[in-house]
Amino acid sequence: MGLKRKDLLSLAPLSVDEIQLILETADSFKEVTGREIKKVPALRGRTVVNLFFEPSTRTRTSFELAAKRLSADVINFSPSSSSVVKGETLLDTARNIEAMQADIIVLRHPSAGAAEALAVGVKSSVINAGDGWHEHPTQALLDLYTIRERGLPFEGLRVAIVGDVAHSRVARSNIHALAKLGAEIRLVGPPTMLPRGVEKLGARVYYNLDEALRGVQVIMMLRLQLERQGIALFPTIREYARLYGLTAERVKLADPGAIVMHPGPINRGVEIAPEVADSLSSVILDQVANGVAVRMGILYLMSGAN
Amino acid sequence: MAIHIAGGHVIDPGRFNGVADVLIDEGRIVAVGPDLTTPIGGTKIDATGRLVLPGFVDLHVHFREPGFEYKESIQSGAAAAVAGGFTSVCCMPNTNPVNDNQAITKFMLDRARAAGLANVFPIGAITKGSEGEELAEIGDLRRAGCVAISDDGKPVMNSLVMRRAMEYALAFDVPVVDHCEDLHLAEGGCMNEGAISTELGLPGMPAAAEDVMVARNVALAELTGARLHLAHISTEGSVRMVREAKSRGLHVTAEACPHHFTITEETVRGYNTYAKMNPPLRTWKDVQAIKDGLSDGTIDVIATDHAPHASQEKQLGFTEAPFGIVGLETALPLTFALVDEGVLSLESAVDKLSTAPSKAFGLAKGTLAVGADADVVIVDQQEQWEVDPTMFRSKSRNTPFAGWKVKGRVRTTIVGGRVVFEAAQAEP
Repeated sequence: MGLKRKDLLSLAPLSVDEIQLILETADSFKEVTGREIKKVPALRGRTVVNLFFEPSTRTRTSFELAAKRLSADVINFSPSSSSVVKGETLLDTARNIEAMQADIIVLRHPSAGAAEALAVGVKSSVINAGDGWHEHPTQALLDLYTIRERGLPFEGLRVAIVGDVAHSRVARSNIHALAKLGAEIRLVGPPTMLPRGVEKLGARVYYNLDEALRGVQVIMMLRLQLERQGIALFPTIREYARLYGLTAERVKLADPGAIVMHPGPINRGVEIAPEVADSLSSVILDQVANGVAVRMGILYLMSGAN
Repeated sequence: MAIHIAGGHVIDPGRFNGVADVLIDEGRIVAVGPDLTTPIGGTKIDATGRLVLPGFVDLHVHFREPGFEYKESIQSGAAAAVAGGFTSVCCMPNTNPVNDNQAITKFMLDRARAAGLANVFPIGAITKGSEGEELAEIGDLRRAGCVAISDDGKPVMNSLVMRRAMEYALAFDVPVVDHCEDLHLAEGGCMNEGAISTELGLPGMPAAAEDVMVARNVALAELTGARLHLAHISTEGSVRMVREAKSRGLHVTAEACPHHFTITEETVRGYNTYAKMNPPLRTWKDVQAIKDGLSDGTIDVIATDHAPHASQEKQLGFTEAPFGIVGLETALPLTFALVDEGVLSLESAVDKLSTAPSKAFGLAKGTLAVGADADVVIVDQQEQWEVDPTMFRSKSRNTPFAGWKVKGRVRTTIVGGRVVFEAAQAEP
């Protein structure tokens, strides 16, 4: 069974079966990443282009490593914002990449909808590695993988997503996937960070972190964009940390076996206390490790190599 | 040369509604009545089964000249206008340079004369460069031929500047037109704010960004006694406030655009840049409120906000693509759809496209009275056609209505007694 899609742009349209297939495929690649020789020939002769219009170290590196471990040829194309000709249309970008005979394009773009626009314009498979505030499907899939790895069933799973949901593509992708899988989603943050109508995606909204954490099994922290202090989403980092920072005390409000997640990079002492980030309940580094295996699975499924 | 339009259903809003002939000579309407005879040497147009209407008047177009002729020129814009039944258009001043002085106004009028299609009425800027700081020479602009003032696209944020503009405009009896948008509230937004913008991850512009400026402008109109015209209102709140302002006898008129009473923010899904305009497409509730406002007379005028952009601009990502769609060549069927829906009578639809806009800006247009300028449009109300942007006279193709099956088509457009547009024969 394969993934009957040309592209992976968003988790909103994926079925539960498709999500499960991706997670199961990642299992076998997780095993590969544990070997001494961490390489399989699955994508030999295929070309993966990492097209990153936004600076990103970890996502790009994770995709690059995943593609290389599958023996694909990898090209990193990261037009810095200054060198991108202002106003080059997405269609032109698409045609250029297509001319390079790329099998798979991994796109990171500051504009929501960019991956969708690219996918329409090219025959290559497009994987969305983050488009504006819209979605970051592979991050959510690696989050799901990490939750599943801890033996937590999705049905009825109580998950708190904490922070700037309004500007978070990670949050949107996770909300879509977790809602489909039957989880109970609690979104927590100041009202300025919880966008209008977000409940319609299948989540409950909380303004009080202590209340929201009660009994949850997964605490998913979002990175605070410190520069948003200036545009009035929150008065000071100090007050934000006091109201919405995850401390060891607060973790105790959650289920005793609760795990703490963060897509990184973390702001220690702001949204997450150092002792929480380094605690046994933290799975932050498992997320990073699983990211490679999950992306291997996705690249493998998208390539149609199976 | 005389033109005899015979046997059509003539609608001159508020004056006449029935089958009659219309006789035109020397650029004017010379007679409206039954069984007129074609003068020797004159042309007879058989309008049996068709509507004969005063040419439409669009208070809100962007013809992009000078400065952005690759999007539209006055010539191509005027060609689009007459193809859509508009015999008069009012051009917003957000050209480059901005129409904030009489030299630009005169240039636009010269270009319009050279095109020789529609009547072009420039709208002057409220402030120099539309920067919102110092008043433009409104007296000069008026004398040069501007029929209204507006900083459309760059709304006047400073309320004191707006107050002074309204006061100053009183001296010239010129309407002040505002695009109502609080730029701080709407900052960075590219669609209506709500559940859909949240799902798509697009920055939203709340309805409140429009509403607070409508409220401000109404308050300033009350303070100054100015003639206020509200451009393209799109929210339930705006309709409510205009209704209330009118009930108190303020000199407020308002316009709505066909896209705002036809489609909603749902059209944005798929990051469709042809559904990106400002004000943005709103919700069904807002669409219903606009229709109610048109129906009960709160909204006087239907205007297009014809905003051409080149294909390469609309092919940018949704957040980067410019706001705006073309509208001149689709306004008639979209408006007539409201007649079929029972929102407007046929006569009031014609009124909102022709007579009411003329009154709002004090133009001697929008009537078929004897002696009036012979600006006439002949329409087949029943003809069905499919919107094909490649057939547009406009230089630009940015419309969300491509492929729509619509009803009601312009057959002949006459400006100043001259036939300036004739549609190709309908396929049998």
